[in-house]
Amino acid sequence: MKTFAKMLLASGVVLGLSGCAIDPWVKPYERQNLADPIMSFERDAIQTGYVHHVYQAREGARGAEGGGGGGCGCN
Amino acid sequence: MAVAVTKPFLRIVGATLISVAFAFSSYAAVLPEERADLLAHSYQGGGMDITGPSLLVRKNFLEKVSVSANYYIDNVSSASIDVLTSGASEYEEQRKEYSFSADYLYNKTTFSTGYTNSEESDYSAETIFFGVSQDFFGDLSTISLGYAQGDDLVSRNEYTDGALVGNTIIGTVKRQNYRLSFSQVITTNLIMGLGFETVTDQANREDDDISVLNNPYRSVRFRSAQSGTGYATQREFYPDTRTSDAVALRAMYYLPWRASVRAEYRFFTDTWGIEASNYELKMIHPIEDLVTIEGKYRYYEQTASTFYRDLFDEPNELNFRARDKEMSTFNNTTFGLGATLNLGKLLKWNAAEHELMLNFFVDHMMFSYDDFRDLTVHTSNPGAFNAGEEPLYEFDAQVYRLFLTYKY
Repeated sequence: MKTFAKMLLASGVVLGLSGCAIDPWVKPYERQNLADPIMSFERDAIQTGYVHHVYQAREGARGAEGGGGGGCGCN
Repeated sequence: MAVAVTKPFLRIVGATLISVAFAFSSYAAVLPEERADLLAHSYQGGGMDITGPSLLVRKNFLEKVSVSANYYIDNVSSASIDVLTSGASEYEEQRKEYSFSADYLYNKTTFSTGYTNSEESDYSAETIFFGVSQDFFGDLSTISLGYAQGDDLVSRNEYTDGALVGNTIIGTVKRQNYRLSFSQVITTNLIMGLGFETVTDQANREDDDISVLNNPYRSVRFRSAQSGTGYATQREFYPDTRTSDAVALRAMYYLPWRASVRAEYRFFTDTWGIEASNYELKMIHPIEDLVTIEGKYRYYEQTASTFYRDLFDEPNELNFRARDKEMSTFNNTTFGLGATLNLGKLLKWNAAEHELMLNFFVDHMMFSYDDFRDLTVHTSNPGAFNAGEEPLYEFDAQVYRLFLTYKY
């Protein structure tokens, strides 16, 4: 639980710092490359989930497998 | 005679679809695309053959709500080293899993929830999850928080001559996942993501002498001069709690031509003494909107748990005892290839509002163990090896995914 509390604190710091900035340095009209489907961290959920399942069953580690974001809200 | 079987592949339940649903939630501000996927999967290696279908459907409503449903089956036929060295015969098993999730988009915030149920003959699991994801700073940044809770019922099957003759409940497990992820657009061609996850397991035993968090069919071995092989066995015994932390850093870069590179590093540690890390590099290269080729390299390594031994000196040497190869020191190298064929375009069938894709991916995995020995030599070559001097175990596996995608 201590770890999670640290994670929450870190997220607050990140949010706070980000809130200080005003103008995004990558403009919406500059995001065509980021919006390309090949820039998605996980393109196909159905096979991503399956591959994570294989790794989890065969390896001792677990967690933080998710996509961690992707895309850029360009649509 | 009751025979023991092992089913390591089926021990992980619930988390898979939850992680996928949570990955969706990190898109924030935009609902996931509507699509249906029908997958045939296959894992072959180490004496195991696991196949089955999976169907995933996602539908959006009013540009505010997105719902998805998944149905997944594992058909297992196993004669793994754990099965063979326990004296059991090959077994067959099936696991069925279904899940539902829903996302609600409100301005730049996405709220997500979901439910997963997994059933097999000796393991039942239910998981619920909640998540929230927020876009901010001109949609260049996304932060996501998630919580999942799983409740498992664990039992042990008894077999006679390969036939199931009984089932004994050995305990329950409450599992909690806490997730935080952050993604950031760095440049017009680079996006990065940072993810943390803490997982806690709390087991409750039905019998004081039988632990729950291990595979109930596996044993440890200890030196025994009276035995012809030089060792005897006793039941594994694990702690009732486990807490793990994982952190992952990912990046995707758009190359000067239409292709992308994905890099990932993950570090893992837990209260059982395991430390692990993995590195992955993937390249995605479309060819004229008709075919997209993908290549992958991944390397994983871990240290053993503090209570893992390939061979104990005596019975009850430690309070906790493990000889599960997933708890040992080992590494796994994976090479993967994949292709997505734009079937709709090939058949001149695609339209603005729908696409049809055919996808095929294959991974070749190579596992190499540093302190888990191959005990099948005592059967194949009796008397040739002393206990603790058997060759180290290693095996290769192939993982196939063939699926059809319809986007509407």
